[in-house]
Amino acid sequence: MEYEEAKALIVEKLTKKLKTKSKFYFNDLSKILELKPRVAKKLINQLVQEGVLEYWSSGSTSMYGLPGTGKQAGAEHED
Amino acid sequence: MAKHATPLLDQLESGPWPSFVSDLKQEAANRAKNPNNVEFQVAQDCVEDLLGVLELSFKHGMTHWKHGGIVGVFGYGGGVIGRYCDQPEKFPGVAHFHTMRVAQPGGKYYTTEFLKKLCDLWEFRGSGVTNMHGSTGDIILIGTSTPQLEEIFYELSHNMNQDLGGSGSNLRTPADCIGSSRCEYSCYDTQAICYDLTQEYQDELHRPAFPYKFKFKFDGCPNCCVASIARADISFVGTWKDDIKIDQEAVAGYIGGEFAPNGGAHSGRDWGAFDIEKEVVGLCPTECMWMDGGKLKIDNKECTRCMHCINVMPRALHIGDDRGCSMLVGAKAPILDGAQMGSLLVPFVKVEEPYDEIKEVIEGIWDWWMEEGKNRERLGELIKRQGFQKLLEATNIKAMPQHVQEPRHNPYIFWKEEEVEGGWTRDVDAFRKDHQR
Repeated sequence: MEYEEAKALIVEKLTKKLKTKSKFYFNDLSKILELKPRVAKKLINQLVQEGVLEYWSSGSTSMYGLPGTGKQAGAEHED
Repeated sequence: MAKHATPLLDQLESGPWPSFVSDLKQEAANRAKNPNNVEFQVAQDCVEDLLGVLELSFKHGMTHWKHGGIVGVFGYGGGVIGRYCDQPEKFPGVAHFHTMRVAQPGGKYYTTEFLKKLCDLWEFRGSGVTNMHGSTGDIILIGTSTPQLEEIFYELSHNMNQDLGGSGSNLRTPADCIGSSRCEYSCYDTQAICYDLTQEYQDELHRPAFPYKFKFKFDGCPNCCVASIARADISFVGTWKDDIKIDQEAVAGYIGGEFAPNGGAHSGRDWGAFDIEKEVVGLCPTECMWMDGGKLKIDNKECTRCMHCINVMPRALHIGDDRGCSMLVGAKAPILDGAQMGSLLVPFVKVEEPYDEIKEVIEGIWDWWMEEGKNRERLGELIKRQGFQKLLEATNIKAMPQHVQEPRHNPYIFWKEEEVEGGWTRDVDAFRKDHQR
């Protein structure tokens, strides 16, 4: 899968789900891309590097989301 | 005069042990006084506020920290743990109070120059409060604000040759014991492999793609000083295959009282004369030792490398020469319930550069866990859910006696149809010829 294709797919699916949730596990993303985790990781890393996705972490678990989405960024004045 | 009254915290100082409350008060006083004229980049009274919010948490019986948030510097998915206080008006100094995890050096060897630089940096750009070290082993820097993160990372990486550690669903900072640098029990160079794997798996350390956390820990011998067997998803415990080396003259020296047992460790009290039968032979868990005409004998094939005899008489007994490590998998030590010890996967492997055999096992495990693991499921839980046999398939390791605790007990290795001659189907008529109903 090409980068641009992956980007469009991820943005579309994540935007659709925004009403119910704003943070996604890595597994959710690799399922959207229908790729094996190791292959999906390369594309997802690139999406993070280019600011399409951002990390969120509780300290023990990491998640991904579209930048600035969800309650926290606004609440902490960090968006 | 302290900013916040802390009667409940003060009580914690009354016990016999050194108290973190006293340490925090000391740092709060130091920041208030500022003898070195530091231009603090986070609130000067943040430690006062930290004490205040902790006091309030004790009073309310609940935490006032919100969970999670931003996670790092550019390109990193770990190393920074966002922490926000839910009482920012009362405690503005800790409204944003993020934790940074910094990779600890191998064997935790420091120079005083490095420690001074680290403390100066953290006083300038953080709260000055550290935790040396966290459970994973990292240097934990407690409390800074978002704008300081990149600045601190730049200083660490460019001027101190230092990287951030792992947090979140990452490979966590690999931890090791001092290994053969100073310990005669070490069966392999823990620091060499710890460093090699840290470099090899930088991507796994900094960019989260695992279902949950994943830990490597390296113990040079079965004394297990970093407790890898109890908490690492893959623990590397040093071991040897040949015989324990015995110096019979030194054994006689211990018996005659010439050498103090346990390296003199229990010398604070008179325990009486050393009794080798009671203190060594009688305590061997597999009863593989005995005295024969004043000489110590060991049936090495029964030895389980418990290390007790070697620890008691280090001058007389020594680890064997054919050295390597055992790999155990699936340990975890969560705060609430579900603690689990590691299960033996590889009984013995030589630990030699470039560690290809070891890396093959690691990567097989990761491929399986990344595909099959549920979100927030540790490797040990996946092994329990799908079975040890699946792990063996993922790592291309054949089942062997060392995988079984005892015969005919809890068998987790099952035959598959293709492994059985003729498969599962059979000619019932032919069977009935020899076996009546």
